[in-house]
This record gives sequence, structure tokens and C-alpha cells, in this order.
Amino acid sequence: MNQPLTVNREVKTIKKKSVWKIFWDQRYLMVLVLPVFIWMLIFNYIPMLGIVIAFQEYNPFLGPVQGFVNSPWVGLDNFIEAFSDRFFLNSLWNTLYYSVLILIVGFPVPIIFAILLNEIGRTKFKKFVQTVSYLPHFISWVFVIGFIQLIFSVDNGIVNDLLLKFDFIEKPIPFFAKQEFIPPLVILSQVWKSFGWNSIIYIAAITNIDPTLYEAAIVDGAKRFARIWYITLPMIKPTIVILLIFTIGNLIGSNFGLFEQMYLLTNPLIQDVTEIIDIYTFRMGITLNRFSYATAIGLFRSVVAVILLTGANFILKRLTGESLY
Amino acid sequence: MKRVSKINGDSVFDFCNVIFMGLIVLITLYPFYFVIINSLNDPIDLIKGQVFLLPRDFSIVSYQFVLRDEGILRAAYITVARTFIGSLTAVLFTAAFAYGISKKWLLGRRFFITVALITMYFSGGLIPTYILIAQGLNLHGNFLVFIIPNLFNAFNAFIMLSFFRGISAEIEESAKIDGANDIIIFFKLILPISMSVIATITLFNGVSHWNSWFDALLYGGRELETLQLFLVRAIQSASVSPQASLFVSTLSITSTSIRLTTMVITAFPIVLVYPFLQRYFVKGVMIGSIKG
Repeated sequence: MNQPLTVNREVKTIKKKSVWKIFWDQRYLMVLVLPVFIWMLIFNYIPMLGIVIAFQEYNPFLGPVQGFVNSPWVGLDNFIEAFSDRFFLNSLWNTLYYSVLILIVGFPVPIIFAILLNEIGRTKFKKFVQTVSYLPHFISWVFVIGFIQLIFSVDNGIVNDLLLKFDFIEKPIPFFAKQEFIPPLVILSQVWKSFGWNSIIYIAAITNIDPTLYEAAIVDGAKRFARIWYITLPMIKPTIVILLIFTIGNLIGSNFGLFEQMYLLTNPLIQDVTEIIDIYTFRMGITLNRFSYATAIGLFRSVVAVILLTGANFILKRLTGESLY
Repeated sequence: MKRVSKINGDSVFDFCNVIFMGLIVLITLYPFYFVIINSLNDPIDLIKGQVFLLPRDFSIVSYQFVLRDEGILRAAYITVARTFIGSLTAVLFTAAFAYGISKKWLLGRRFFITVALITMYFSGGLIPTYILIAQGLNLHGNFLVFIIPNLFNAFNAFIMLSFFRGISAEIEESAKIDGANDIIIFFKLILPISMSVIATITLFNGVSHWNSWFDALLYGGRELETLQLFLVRAIQSASVSPQASLFVSTLSITSTSIRLTTMVITAFPIVLVYPFLQRYFVKGVMIGSIKG
């Protein structure tokens, strides 16, 4: 009469394995995972918590813990101040201005490049061009800006030299004193630096297109341009849409490359057109030590970025049926 | 017999395409070429004007100067150190996590993945991070400030995750039967197999370390200048015209030539290395994109 009871008890124990037991069984795997988890808590999540200082008037001289605990709360004052500061509004305008222009000019370039590169038959040449195309991505902005400052130098820069030699101008042009010079320069150099790297994804997507589609099209008499328009482009549409969503999400600026470029390029004469939001944040926070104020700007920026990302995702999902999530 | 003309729309397109790609190559490579030829030109002669095709007065004087300058050598030492130590530690650290979450039976797997995913889209921002690193952790002026904050990158982790998922389970199972635990499996089995993705992520991290200057600016202090930061400082003193710098320096070198030579030195290792590793990262990005 006791036996059925014993069986039941056994079944019960097998069903419920405590979390600690599972953890202990996996302890070796946990050794691989937990350090990174702790790292993320420290380096990613603690700063996220630190965002609350945007609502305080943080005293930087008290040190992190004391400063957090003892600084007064000011609510939305930092945000209100930002929106009445013409430098902030200017930086907001600059950021959107550059981001949108870079989007319009720079977004299609990698796509077109990938498509045209795909049409090249000779593989050695193709490989060579592709390899060369992402060299600019690996070179630092310091190099790029250094180069730009050299050739456009008013003293003996090659551009001024050649313009003078061919009588296009009479005196050397001080390029870096002219605000109109900066936007085209920034946009073109951004495109130069990133088109090759950004094209990798499109090239990969194109390689995944079923070649029989092309064969069928050729049999049907489709010319080259038609094949590109009706096969290549539609097949890489999902990739294009996803990258477009990301790019729009970054419109408010978390493009560190743009920050580097502006930081290195700027001078007092062109400051008004080079100060993007990230530069303004840096100036306020690091140079002027206004930690709370700069954090508020940063928070504003992050929130807008999330809104842009979800908004772009939503709209593009409606329009094209493709989306990030 | 009719001779069919070979010149049609397609071949015109092909011809133009090749020319176009040739132009792309030129535009991409010219800045490097320009910097190289100008750095190989005698500094004093260079004041007369920059060269754009070939050096006017070939000389390696600026390299002799730069390669002996203490400041640059020190910056080079720091940059090389952080590139090697930083990228190797980061790759291991990131791979460990990626491998862990690639195992479906990991306790809290979804939780860990979500935690990592969030960090890709949202962050505390410049100031809270600065407060943490400089004040909270007191890493200002410490070499480790280059290593520790860069140990993990969620994006790279997900690239590695895709790769690890593709490894067949049998290898691991037979190792487990032989008594190996997950750590041994990771180091002795998985890493050797995953060399392509390891190479990719190491390259990404390495380039990032080599090119970095902003963290050295924020946290480095006088002692820990990286090569790029050295160059940044040189560029920002560009308000000193090349002619004027002659009066400043008693040597036959100009600040322009120093800048040019340093630019070549900092770009050179990258130009040398990346073509060999490109087959790895192209594959890596492809894997990442498929996952996305």
C-alpha cells in the first residue's frame, strides 16, 4: 500500500528543480556571462540612472555620490533654460540641418555604388574597388580633417594655389572663415568616409538575390536598367528600409563621426554653423562643468532619438510593410 | 554573313561603369597619396607650396625627426599598448558573453539578451558616463581607462551570437561526454573554430582603439596621450602658419611637415592590416545583417 505514495513523491521532486540548482549546474557558463552582465550594470546602467541629475542642480565638486544626494532638485528648469538659450536652439537646428542633408545626399550613395559594383563582371577589379572603398571608414577623422585643413589652407594650400594659378581668383580664399563653405564640406566628407562601409550590407543583400530571377528576365528581353529597377531594387528593399529607419533614428545626432568632425573643424569664426547638439552638450558639460544642464540636453536628445526611431519604424511599416520590429 | 555589332547599350554602360569605379578609387585613395608625397618633401621647400603629383624635393628629413621625437614615441607606445591589450581583452570578454547567450538552456537567457539590447539604443549620455569614469571609478590618468570601459560592445556581441548559433552542437556534446565543462569548451573548442568572427571583432576593436583620441582627451591627462590625440593637438595649433613656425623652431622642420608625417604614421598600420582581414569582416557584417 505504500508504494504508489513513494512513486508520487519521486515524480514531484523531478518536476521542481530549484533555480539555485539550475544555476549551480550552469555555473561554468555563468562564469562566462556574469562578468559581462556586471560590466553592463556598471558602465551602461549606472550612467542611465545618473540621468536623474538632469532634474537637479548637480554640484560637481561634491563627487558623484555626495553630489547626487546633496544637490538641490530643480525639476524641469534645465529644460526650460535650454529652450530659451539661442545657442541650444541653434545647435538643434544645425544638427537637423546636417543630418537631413547627409540623409538625402549620403543615403542613396552606398546603394547606387553597391548596385553598380555588382554590375562589374571582372572579379579582381571588383574586389579591388570594394576593398579600396572602405578604407576611408578605417581612417580616423583626425586624418581626414587634417588633410582638409592642409589642402584648403589659406597660406599655401593646394586648392588656393591651383585656383590662383589658373586665374580663377585673385586672392587666396580663407575657406575656414566662410560659413557657407562648411555644410558642403561636411556632407561630402561624411559621404566619402562612409559610403564604402555602408555599401557592404547592400552588396551582401544583392549577392543573396536568386540569379535565376535575372536569367528569366534576360530571356524575357529585359535590358540592364530594367533588371536593376525591377529585380535588384525590390529585392533589397527590406535592407534599405531597415537602414533608413536607423538613419532617421540618428537624425538628432548620436553620430560620433559628426561630433569628431565638428570638434576638429571648428574655429570661432564658423562656430555658429559647426555647433551641433553633441558639441553644445560637450561645451556645456565638460568645458563649462554644467553637468546637470548638459545631462538634460543629453536626455532630451536620447528621448527624441527613440521617438524618431519608433516613429520611422511605424511610418515605414505602414508605407512599405517592412520594419525593424 | 552579317556581322553583329558588339557596341550596344550594355557595353557602353559597362565601359562607363568601369571608368566610374576607377574614379571612385582615385577619389578614395588620393588623400592618402597626397599626404604621403607631401610628407616626403623637404619641409622648407614645402613652404613654397604643396605638391599634388610628386614630391618636388624628395627628403626623409621629417620622418627622421618625427621618429625620434619623444612625445610621439610615447604616444605611439601608449596607442600600440592599448590597441593590443584593449582589443584582445574586449574580444574575449564579448565572445564569452555571446557564447553564453547562444546556449538555449542558459538561465535567464532572455533577460540577458534584453539587457544587452537596451544598451544599444539607450545610454546615459556623455556626462553621467564621465562622472562615473572620472570621478566615481577614479580612472582619470590611469591606463586602464582605455581598457575597461571598452571591454564590451553589444552590437559586436550579437554578431558573434549569430556565428556561435551556427556551430553544430555535436562537437560540444562529445566534449561534454569527455568531461569538459563550458569554460574549457569555450576556450579550447569554440574559439579556435570561430577564428573568422574573432578576427573581425578584433579588427573592429583594434581600429577603434588605434584611432581613439576623445577618451584620452577626457580621461587621459598629460600622461596618456594617444597618437591621434597628439595629431589633434598638432592640428589645433594650426593657427600658427607654417612660415611662422620656422621662427619658432631652430631645426629645419615645420609644424606642417610634422603633421603630415604623423598622419602617415598613424594611418599606415591600418592601411596595411585591413585588406588582409577584410574577408572576415565582410562575412561578419553579412551575418549580422541576416540576423537583423
